[in-house]
Amino acid sequence: MSALETVFAGVRFKNPIVPASGTFGYGKEFEDFYPLSRLGGISVKGTTGSPRNGNLPPRIAETPMGCLNSVGLQNPGIDHFIAHELPYLKTKDTVIIANIAGADIEEYALIAEKLDKTDVDMIEVNISCPNVKAGGAAFGVTADGAAAVTKAVRARTTKPVMMKLSPNVTSITDIAKAVESEGADALSLINTLLGMRIDIKTRRPVLHNNVGGLSGPAVFPVALRMVWQCANAVSIPVCGMGGVSSHEDAVEMMLAGASLIQVGAAIFADPLAPVKIIDGLEKYCTDNGIDSISRIVGGVMPY
Amino acid sequence: MKYSEKCPVVCKKAIAADIFDIRLYSPRITAEAVCGQFVNVKAEGFFLRRPISLCGIDREKGELRLVFQVRGKGTEEISRLREGCLADIIGPLGKGFDLSDRNRKAVIIGGGIGVPPMVPIAEFYGRNAAVITGFRSAGAVILQKDLEKTGAEVILCTDDGTAGMKGFVTNALEKCLEKEKPDIIYACGPMPMLRGIVKIADENGIRTQVSLEERMGCGVGGCLVCACRTVKDGREVYSHVCKDGPVFEAEEVLFS
Repeated sequence: MSALETVFAGVRFKNPIVPASGTFGYGKEFEDFYPLSRLGGISVKGTTGSPRNGNLPPRIAETPMGCLNSVGLQNPGIDHFIAHELPYLKTKDTVIIANIAGADIEEYALIAEKLDKTDVDMIEVNISCPNVKAGGAAFGVTADGAAAVTKAVRARTTKPVMMKLSPNVTSITDIAKAVESEGADALSLINTLLGMRIDIKTRRPVLHNNVGGLSGPAVFPVALRMVWQCANAVSIPVCGMGGVSSHEDAVEMMLAGASLIQVGAAIFADPLAPVKIIDGLEKYCTDNGIDSISRIVGGVMPY
Repeated sequence: MKYSEKCPVVCKKAIAADIFDIRLYSPRITAEAVCGQFVNVKAEGFFLRRPISLCGIDREKGELRLVFQVRGKGTEEISRLREGCLADIIGPLGKGFDLSDRNRKAVIIGGGIGVPPMVPIAEFYGRNAAVITGFRSAGAVILQKDLEKTGAEVILCTDDGTAGMKGFVTNALEKCLEKEKPDIIYACGPMPMLRGIVKIADENGIRTQVSLEERMGCGVGGCLVCACRTVKDGREVYSHVCKDGPVFEAEEVLFS
């Protein structure tokens, strides 16, 4: 058995590295670089009940050690995903995590019900997208909203349900506890931090949406802190993400309490980032005599 | 395949104010690259790569040629690469131009920093092409000798008349069409220029391919940030410049 093999919310991953939703499309584009079977899993592009066109461009702005994006959940809709993307992805020998988003609670529930009949491995529920007007982060910023979505999704599927939390809140642990109490199988965090850039020549925001989500190495310490807090607040497993761009970052996330890792914006800078992190983790285990990476989860020794 | 590699800079020259011409030794990317594609270049110290279109694909030497403009701090950093440095690039990326028949008559139009990707098209068509390039003024003119070497008819325009004919590339295009209608037009440059060209091409029923630009993230189709408005099956959809383009059939693109 590989030292990187991980069981997360009852699902077996060959390694704990998963490209994050919204940075990896539906995976195909990256087959020009490496076989998708190298990956622990794939969290696919956030998918809604109906196709969405997304926001007007420009949708990206560079920031120190990161970027803002405002894609706005452009996607072909859940029926297209189930009919055309999922069957192909399921041949790739990697865990497929459907990432879903809705404008209202019924949309979330309906998508979950549709996915329940498929062979998708897991459902990640995005209650934290900062770039859409209705739904998205609106649910994720209150414990009541987050709990209500969890409850509705839970009622319509027996698949493992992972709630993706927003960092743009006063107390993320309250939200973590709220979704745990409604039956979430796991948490993933953090989604992007809401930010802004202005072009001083035109006095216009760089993003057409005015504001967007900050990700990249700049957010890593914030993400790490929130993962640590949440992992200590709940007893369900935590998938950590936010600025992870090296295997050292992944190890830190695991020490903070994450048992699965998503890699997002690092893929913009280097499409090979996920496989480089996997290789780095293998070496880390070998060099440190670690027979199972899961042994380091939560291993930080706080003062 | 697409490759991520660090490849040696063979030479670098400044060819106009803020415009640089670099050649990179990358046999793997060169072997697979087609005209109109781009590479995503790492700017040391910056998070996002900078997409730069291919100005030359020399399969014999295994060299890629990039001609780019310093637009900000990232491209300024790339311009500091010198002979012997390693450039960190990913490519070849995107969809290139349709160069399926060199016996067609082509008009090739580039505006400003949109001129570099036109050079290999001119090489392909040679005498069967007319190349129209437009610049603000004489000081900004680039790549004329490279274009003349291809055997194509080369028409230079400047906005202020300090080099070539005074006027826009659209004026030159109209004159070209009075003589002979080409089978295809290729264009790359600022949006207003493309809009003008496509209007003329439409009126004359000439197929046109345009190369577009948008702020990019991953450069490979994973992040969906570089959206551009297109029409597919009668419906308006956002396509993505990095993956669906940068070359599009003009009839698919919404320019308004």
